[in-house]
Amino acid sequence: MTRTVDNRLIFETVKRLCLKANIELREDVLSALKAARRKETGARAKEILGIIIENASIAKEKKLPICQDTGMTAVYLDIGQSVIVKGDLRKAIEKGVAQAYKEGYFRKSVVADPLIRKNTNTNLPAIIHMESVPGRRIRLRVMIKGFGCENTSKTRMFRPTEGISKIEDFVVESVREAGSRPCPPVYIGIGIGGTLDKAVSMSKEAIFRPIGKNSGKPHVKKMEKALLEKINRLNIGPAGVKGGITALGVSILTYPTHIAGLPVAVNISCHATRTAEKTI
Amino acid sequence: MKKIYLPLTKVDVKRLKPGEWVLINGFLLGARDAAHKRIVEGLKAGKRPPVSIKGETIYYTGPAPKRPGEIIGSCGPTTSSRMDPFTATLLKNGLVGMIGKGERSEEVISAIKKYGGVYFITIGGAGAYLSQKVKSANVVAYGDLGPEAIHRLEVRDFPAMVCARG
Repeated sequence: MTRTVDNRLIFETVKRLCLKANIELREDVLSALKAARRKETGARAKEILGIIIENASIAKEKKLPICQDTGMTAVYLDIGQSVIVKGDLRKAIEKGVAQAYKEGYFRKSVVADPLIRKNTNTNLPAIIHMESVPGRRIRLRVMIKGFGCENTSKTRMFRPTEGISKIEDFVVESVREAGSRPCPPVYIGIGIGGTLDKAVSMSKEAIFRPIGKNSGKPHVKKMEKALLEKINRLNIGPAGVKGGITALGVSILTYPTHIAGLPVAVNISCHATRTAEKTI
Repeated sequence: MKKIYLPLTKVDVKRLKPGEWVLINGFLLGARDAAHKRIVEGLKAGKRPPVSIKGETIYYTGPAPKRPGEIIGSCGPTTSSRMDPFTATLLKNGLVGMIGKGERSEEVISAIKKYGGVYFITIGGAGAYLSQKVKSANVVAYGDLGPEAIHRLEVRDFPAMVCARG
């Protein structure tokens, strides 16, 4: 049996998710920030975490974007293969993004051509990922990521004989090099395996995972914990003022890869890690 | 925290201690990537900037649009290092202060020392909080750049840390 979904429902849902993600900080991120404030020992670092937490409540109360950099919007759809969408799906997604950015008074940060650089004034186009999955439902997810942290992302194609410790060094070095530019305390998404593009896309998707929830694979979980410890010894601290909390969490996704390769992508997400999702 | 008042004189700058947090008060200019590029290209072609930068403090920000009844939208700092290639020229032409986030290049640090400038950082990602410290905001030049236009911002008790000074 197929199910028909009107594209107006897609439009509405994307719009709501964009508004929510930009204005309301994720519960897990807020809890991690509060825990960080308890754990942090430096007075200045503690105070900055307090301001970051206050920022989240001002944003929610006044309906302001948590950060003025409301990103280039990424929308992820997992579409049940029994679903038929009535009307143009892509147009509905883009209309939802544009409407949210207008209604929400969000900054339009997208330029039409990367070299000519004229603002589209709609925050369009969006980056759209669609997957076909079994079932009759559609899972919609949005990710808002500013470019302060996006610009600090790194990819490296390792030799297959290089192992976990080389990868860990690369990740730690990437975070050290990023310094305070990606707005620490950060959440680190890592993709290991697949192809170049697969590793990068996993490093993004890893950010959807709630902070504190580790990988189900024991060897990956071990790596996540070891990395978090090493990163927090870098002493970058909240806003770069030094301190024991440089990262709130590390989330790794893996995928089978080629005998000749070991792609690794590191995607640093700021303390304003913004995502929202809904299944319809 | 110590309050400081804009515009900053060379004497004010000398009194600032690296690592010290201050509350900034007064008028500053909001400008980022595209505006920097345009100002510096103009200066190199012998054109005066559309607003004087002499004695000014530039805050690296591209604010979100304001909601009805608000003064400004969220307006946190953007990454300062992207402005590095333009900074020495601006300091040479009289710019005094800069507010942003993140580390600067060695070239910028030596230009700050040479011209007696100062670089502050504020809290990245706290755009909603920082918007509450802005008391007035107007676009004063390059309106065609949208969020990258040059803004005149009046701030009250805007928190920032002294990173480097001349």
